[in-house]
Parts: sequence; structure tokens; C-alpha cells
Amino acid sequence: MAEPVILCRGLWKVFGPEPAEFLARHGSNPSSEDFQETGHIGAVQDANLDVQPGEILVIMGLSGSGKSTVVRCLSRLVEPTAGQVLFQGTDLLKATDKELIEIRRHKMGMVFQNFALLPHRTVIDNVAFPLEVQGVDRAKRHDRASEIIELVGLKGREGYYPRELSGGQQQRVGISRSLAVEPDVWFLDEPFSALDPLIRREMQDEFLRLQNLLHKTIIFITHDFDEAIRLADRIAIMYEGRIVQLGTAEELVTKPATDYVRAFTRGIPKAKLLTVASVMGPPEEGQGDGPTVKDDQLIGDVAGLVIGQDKPVAVMDTSGTLVGSLTRGQVVDVLFTDGS
Amino acid sequence: MVDSVLSVFQGSRQESVLFRSRWLLVAMLGIVLLILLRDTLPDWATTPPDSWTGNLPLPFLVFGDGFLPTLSIKASSVAGWFNDIVHFLRNHEIFDLFTFRDVTRGVAGLIVWPLNFSEDLLISGFSDWGIPPIPWVITAALAGILGWYLGGWGLGLLAGSCIVYFAVFGKWKLAMTTLSLVLVTAPIAIFLGLLLGIFAINWRLFEKALWPILNLMQSLPHFGYLIPIVVFVGLGHKAGAIATILFALPPMAKITILGLRSVSEEVLEAGVMAGCTSQQMLWRVRIPAARPTLMVGVNQVIMQCLAMVVISAFIGARGLGIDLLFRLQTLQLGRALESGIAIVLMAVALDRLSQALSEKEPVRKPEGRFWTVHPHMTAAGLAVVVGGVLAYLVPEAAALPREMTVTFAPQWDVLIKAIVSALFEPLSFIRDYMPPYVLIPIRGFFEQLPWTVFLGAVTLAGWLLGGWRLAAPSAAYIGFIVLSGWWTAAMVTTYLVFVAVVICVIFGFPIGVWASRRDGRTRAVAFLCDTLQTFPSFIYLIPVIMLFQVGTISQIMAIVVYASIPVVRYTYVGLRAVPHDIVEAAISSGCTPSQILWKVRMPLAFPEIMLGLNQTIMFGLFMVMIAGFIGGNYDLAREIFKAKAQNDAGLGLLLALCVAFLGLTADRLILAWANRRKAQLGLA
Ligand SMILES: Nc1ncnc2c1ncn2[C@@H]1O[C@H](COP(=O)(O)OP(=O)(O)OP(=O)(O)O)[C@@H](O)[C@H]1O
Ligand SMILES: [Mg+2]
Repeated sequence: MAEPVILCRGLWKVFGPEPAEFLARHGSNPSSEDFQETGHIGAVQDANLDVQPGEILVIMGLSGSGKSTVVRCLSRLVEPTAGQVLFQGTDLLKATDKELIEIRRHKMGMVFQNFALLPHRTVIDNVAFPLEVQGVDRAKRHDRASEIIELVGLKGREGYYPRELSGGQQQRVGISRSLAVEPDVWFLDEPFSALDPLIRREMQDEFLRLQNLLHKTIIFITHDFDEAIRLADRIAIMYEGRIVQLGTAEELVTKPATDYVRAFTRGIPKAKLLTVASVMGPPEEGQGDGPTVKDDQLIGDVAGLVIGQDKPVAVMDTSGTLVGSLTRGQVVDVLFTDGS
Repeated sequence: MVDSVLSVFQGSRQESVLFRSRWLLVAMLGIVLLILLRDTLPDWATTPPDSWTGNLPLPFLVFGDGFLPTLSIKASSVAGWFNDIVHFLRNHEIFDLFTFRDVTRGVAGLIVWPLNFSEDLLISGFSDWGIPPIPWVITAALAGILGWYLGGWGLGLLAGSCIVYFAVFGKWKLAMTTLSLVLVTAPIAIFLGLLLGIFAINWRLFEKALWPILNLMQSLPHFGYLIPIVVFVGLGHKAGAIATILFALPPMAKITILGLRSVSEEVLEAGVMAGCTSQQMLWRVRIPAARPTLMVGVNQVIMQCLAMVVISAFIGARGLGIDLLFRLQTLQLGRALESGIAIVLMAVALDRLSQALSEKEPVRKPEGRFWTVHPHMTAAGLAVVVGGVLAYLVPEAAALPREMTVTFAPQWDVLIKAIVSALFEPLSFIRDYMPPYVLIPIRGFFEQLPWTVFLGAVTLAGWLLGGWRLAAPSAAYIGFIVLSGWWTAAMVTTYLVFVAVVICVIFGFPIGVWASRRDGRTRAVAFLCDTLQTFPSFIYLIPVIMLFQVGTISQIMAIVVYASIPVVRYTYVGLRAVPHDIVEAAISSGCTPSQILWKVRMPLAFPEIMLGLNQTIMFGLFMVMIAGFIGGNYDLAREIFKAKAQNDAGLGLLLALCVAFLGLTADRLILAWANRRKAQLGLA
């Protein structure tokens, strides 16, 4: 594995009257009663995370589980109470204000749930804002901004003010702004949650298209499982401030680390997620006649075929060797049980 | 939300009967107790004796030979103590070089520069350079174009015709002097307020110290600024300007703090993520994003400035204010009315202009020739050129000569006479019956109310509503008045405001209810309230003096006309703001319209209406002081006028503080009650 772009170890963020003392007093491992008693909130508790170059890491969890806070610790928008954050190998928590500004100016971009556009600036001036604060001259930053505005399909709206745009268009501006400085790492905090379902889908496609062009390292927050599955390379699930599991969507469903993850992933349409390989049984003797399926196909795609068969269907790998068998019962399980 | 509110309110139905009877019981008990107490209480517990208030052990810093002062305790009255401080600031030479007063006078002297500049520009011309003042036709045209730019044709017409009115009715010099004062003081007050606000959001400690000071300043009546200013700056025009700046500063500082704080967290984060330095955050993110709120502050500052500029006539500020004051004092009512109209026009125009400015959103620029991109700029340029040529050719277009101005003062006088004599009979009812049957008994009640009882009641109310955090300051405010030595005068002021506020509620509340019932009425009443509210308080003396001449009734009526507005406004706003789904729930449970009003809307709107009452009391306390010079009661207002006449700054400040503390006590108690009630109803 390549060196992670972001690595965080034992990250804590405690809100309350005296967070640092509180954490120290309880040996850096306070119980939930400790929190209750003293009126502190453990927004992030002992989080460990690594983000690989070029991957889309999705953070999921219920409202208040600490997703936004984790991401804000990674960009140091909030000061972590304890722990370590390495950004491209350097210790982010030791960076001075000046160094931080430099890092944010060149290496990080962020998209916000409610767009966070500056209401007094036109589209192009919003997009060019990060360049403007760096002191890039007007002609240059407008060139660059126009380029991105065209990329996200807003050409012709450069002179509009945010209030004149629809939600989807505003978020396109937000996305353009975060990309203006060509950041290495791209944070998106529920970027599509404020949008209608139809627009949301469209924006997800747009997002994937951009990522195919740009290959950024991405940390993406959502609480929508469909969205996570569509976009994620890996998913981190948070519960009450802790990252309870980090893995691919399939791993979360097939090997949930805790009951919480099991319950959380229950509603997922597994047929669209599980491959034949993760469900099949051992190969059975005497197979070979009848239809076969590939082990990397999704259950949803082979379900019709398998259910129509009386006997188990043989599973082949890409090289064509027999690796297992899939029964009608196994497929029905995936399709109709809720995973519990 | 609906359920919780409805349930609170169903629960409160039985409770409210209880509540009402409980409060009634408490009130009755209180009065009975009072009557019993009054005769049994020793004298010192009824009125604070002079032997106390004149001999308070107060700390003094004595500057002897050494560098450091020594602390000593001396018996004195609070007023004497204040005066010693004033005396010290006036005479003690810091480093043996200059006194504090020298500093204030020096700083105040700076204001003369911009004031002279704008007066030269608008009225007298720069004689040293041989440059004439701007011709009135150009001023009018530019005002019109400004209005057009900010709010369209209608506003342009309004702003332009105001200026024309000043010229045509011979008020040019007066009006332009007043306008100059506003144009100079408002930007300074805005700038200083902004600065204070910026400091406050950066340093918590500073904010903590600043906030109570701002609260106090906002409840200090106008004279609380004017009298000390006379000592530290002197009488006259520039003193008026300084007082105006100080008076208009607190709302701007407060609104700046609130506005800068209310910028959404996300927008700030977006700024940080863009890599803004802290300076860039402030100037490019926070302040522009808070612009709509800050502009509300700008509007307020401008209106406060105009109001104060008019009242500054009392310490010698020139302009429309002093003209109005003089004509009122000499009972030239027609002339007074014309000056009053000029002030009102200026107020309305300034209000609408600054409001339009605050509502103006940036717009996309069209493309094309210069005049299509910048039509207003082009028009302004044209106006200057055409007006300049016109003024050169026709001298009347530069300055209207006296014999060409018009006045309707004689006609106004006739009309006023007619109105007064027509209303004499109907109003005689008020004149004859109000004093013996209403005023004298209530006055007696307040005058004889033992201070111990008053203090006890206020403390108890504070404790019930907000614990010691509320009880302690309330008790301290009233305690200050007790020790000040002006208890009886303060009670007379309380009585005047009390009577006026009751009348305000009797008239204002039904009007508010009436206005809330239909959209059209609400709009009409809202327009009226908005317009009346922009008038400087001083204006309200004109009709009152016309109808009631001078005396207690006039003083009360002046408060009534000025202070009714908040009751009306908060009543209809509160009634209309009741969540729609709650009203629908009530309709579907079969309520009649009047049941909806009295059983649903009213209880839910009541906290808001109480906030209106709170405002009315504050307005009343301000007006009772302004109207003091027509009242002739032994109240704080008369004393403050006396203090002003005798140049007694310490006493003036003390009396102003008494008024402020009366206001702050009422304010804090009512606010605490209203917020608690709103929280109970789930409306907070
Ligand atoms: N500035 C703050 N002060 C105090 N508590 C905070 C602060 N910011 C967040 N919290 C608390 O920390 C916890 C985690 O909040 P966070 O915003 O990270 O949740 P989230 O997972 O992003 O939720 P959502 O889906 O609603 O955005 C919550 O309980 C929240 O109340
Ligand atoms: Mg969040």
C-alpha cells in the first residue's frame, strides 16, 4: 500500500468546559457516564483512519455521530483535543497558523452542506475567491475560475449572484470553488444532502465524472447509504464518536464488526452489493453441465438465472476454473432477508 | 411543535384562571398591606431621609504631593460625589500638563473640520477659494438620483421633493445645517460602532465589559448625554455633534456584534478553508456576509442621529431643531409646524433611503455603452452640468432669494386656531376630569409608596422571574435611586410614565388587535407605525402643545402619542406571528373566530405584546424627560432641566442615571418574564 495521504491516530475531540483536563483526568479513556456527569461531549473518540491516495473514503453515521467533527479535525478547522493527524507525512497539529494557511491554500478543498457561498460575490468571484486571497492577479484567477465553471457546466452564469441560482447550481459553484486551487485532498461534508433526490442523483454522476478526470483523494460525508455505495471505495461507519468499522461496502455487509453495523447496514439492497463469491458455497461434485455464473458478478444480476434452476449453479472464476456453487436458497436469502 | 404548544396552552387554561386569580389576590393583598404599612412604617422606611442621602460614606481619590493618589472616605451625597469627579476631570492636570477636559475639547475640536466642510459645500461656499455652494437645484437633482438608484422612481421623487421643500419654504439654511450634522455624525458613529463591535467579537472580555455599558447608554435619556457634554466640550454646535455621536453609537455596536456573530459557521469555515488570514476573514468574509444586518444598524444610526441632532438644540446646536424649539417656546405654532414638517420630511427621506440601501442587493451589470451600464452616474453627471449652467444663468436656481420663498404659517395659524377651538369643548372633559379623578389619586399613590415596599416588590419579582441573577441588579438599580436623594422626583416620573403607559395600552392594544384581523389593515397600520416611528421624538410636542398647551396633561399626552406605537406594533405582529398550523388546529376543533382570537392567538401572542409594553415604557421614559419643559411637575425631568440651566453636570448625570435605572429595571423584569413565557409555550 502506498503511503496514506492522511493518517490519524487516537484522535479525540471533546466539547465542554475543560476538554483537555477532562480527558487527562480519565486516563484518555472516559466512559459515557464520565461524559454525562461533567457535561462534556465526546464528539470524536479515539478515531483511527487512513486515507489512501486517489481513493474515495466515505464517512457514514447518524446525525450527531461525529462525522463533521472528524473531518474538521483532519483539516484543523476544529482543534483536536488529543491524537495525531499526519497530512502527507507532516504533523498537521504542529503546523503553525502560517503553515496551515499555506496548506489550505494549496492542498485542501472543502465543499459544504449548505453551499456556504459568499452572497455578495458573483459566481466567478466566488470561485476565484481562494485564488484572490492568495494574491493571484485578477486576469489569471478569472481564467482559472472560468475553466472550472465550464467544467462543472455553469458556463454563462459567471456574472450571477448565488441567490439567482438553484440549489444544484449553487453546489456546483461550491464544488468549483473548492477545486480552484487544484487541491490534493478534497473534503465534502454532505454536499448533496440539501438537494432534491433527482438533483442529488445528477450531482453524484457529475461528481463521479469529475473524479474520473481529476483523481483526487476524497473524504466524503453522507448519511445516505445509496450514495455511499455508489461513490465509495471504502466506508467508515461512525457511532457515538467512534469509528466502528472501516472497509468496503461488501465487507460491512458480510462481516459487520458490531451489532450496530449489522443493524445499520440492514436496509441495504444487498443484491446490488454482494458478489457471487461472497455468497456461494463450496463446489459440488458433478457440476459442469447447465448454466454457470462468474464469481465477480453481483447477485442481483444472476438472481433470475439461478432462481430458475432446480440444482445449484456452478461458479467459475475469470480463468474459468470451478470455484463454488450457488443455490437458489442462497440467492433468495440475499434478496429477501434483512441481513439480521 | 403544534402538539406541545397546544398542550401547554390547554394545560394553562385551568392554570390561567388560577393564575389570574392568584395575581389578583397578590395585588389586592399588596394594596391592603400597603395601606396598613404606610401608617405603621417609620418615616425613614417611607421616604429616604436627607440625613442619609446627604451623608453617604463615599470613596475619594485624593491627589496629594506624591505621584500616587491616596484613598479616603468622605461623607457626601451622590450628586456631590459625581460633581467632585467632574471637578477633578475638569481641573486635575495629568502630568501637570493638561486636564481631561482639555483632551475632550481637543478631540471634539476635530469635528469642526468635517462640519465646516459640509456646511461650506451645502450652504455657504468656500469663501477662501471663491467656490460657491452647490446650487439647490443640483442638490435636489442629486438627491432624486440617489433615491432613484437605491429604490426606484418613487423614492427618487420623495428625496428630490424634500430638498425642493426646504428651498421653497425658506428652510434651506436650517435644513442643510441639520443635514450636515447628520451627514457628519452618522458615518462617525457607524465607524466607531463597527470598531467596537469588531473588538468585541475578537476579545470576549472586552465584549463582557462592553455589553452592560451599551445597555446603560441605550437607556440613558438624551439629557444624560447633553449635560456632561456641555462640561467637557462646551455649549454649541460641535457639542451637539459629539452628543449625537455618543447617542447613536450603542445600537451600531450592538448590531455589529450580533451581525458578525450571526454569519453562518459554514461560510466562516469556507473562508478558513480558502486560506484567509484573520484580516482577510474579517474584511472579505465576515463583514460582507453580515452586510444585511449591519445595514439595519446603519439605518438605526441615521435615525438616532437625526433625533438627537434636533434635541441638541437644547445645548445650542444650530439647525431645524433650534428653530422648532424657539417657535414652540414662543407659541408660533404655524411656524413651528412648518419646521416640524421639514424635520419629518427629512426623517422620512433619510429612513427610506437608508432602508433602500440596506435592501439593495448587488445586481448583474448589463453590457453596452457607459450610460446603459451606469445610468445613474450618467444622470448625476448631466444633473451637475445642466444645473451648473442653469445656476450660472439664473441666480434663483443657485439660491432662492428670501422673497421668493413661501410660507403658509399664517394659514396654518388660522387652521390650528380653528382646530383648537373646535376641540376645546370635547377636550375639556379631559382637562376637567382627568386631574381630580385620575391624576391626583395615582400621583398620591406613587408619592406615598414607601421605598422599602417598592424595593421589596422589585427584588421579589426579580427573584421569582430569574433568581438572584435578576434580583440583585434590579435591587441595585432601585437602591441607587433611593440613595441618590431624588426618590420622590423619581416616583413622580414613575407616576407620569405609568399613567401614560396605561393610556397607551387602552388605545394601542385595541388598534393592534383590529389591525391584526385583516391583511389590508395590517399593511396600513404597519405603514403608519413605520412612518411615525421615524419622526424624531421632539416632533410629537407640536400637536400636544397645540391642543393642551403646557402642563401635566401635555406631558402625559406627549408620552402617549410617542409611546403608543410599540404597543400597536407588537400587538399585531404578535397576533399574526402565531404559527399557522396551530390556528388551523383550532379551526378544525371548531373554534369561532373570536374564540381563535381570545383562546389561541392571544395567549400565544401575549409574551410578544409584553415586549411591546416594555418598549412603550422605554419610549415613555425618554419622552417624559423631553416633555419635561412643558410639564412643570416636581419630577426628574424638571430637575434635569434645572441642572442643565445651572450647568450642574454631576446632578444632571445622576438624574439621567435614575431614569436609566428605572428603565433598566422594568426592561429586565419584563424581558425575563416574556422569555420565560415564550419558552414555556415553545415559541422561543
Ligand atoms: N462547537 C460545538 N460545541 C459543542 N458541541 C458540539 C460542537 N460541534 C459539534 N458538537 C457536538 O458533537 C457531536 C458530533 O457533531 P457532528 O456535527 O460532528 O455530527 P455529524 O455526524 O456531522 O452530524 P450531522 O449528520 O447532523 O451533520 C454532536 O453531539 C454535536 O452536538
Ligand atoms: Mg455534519
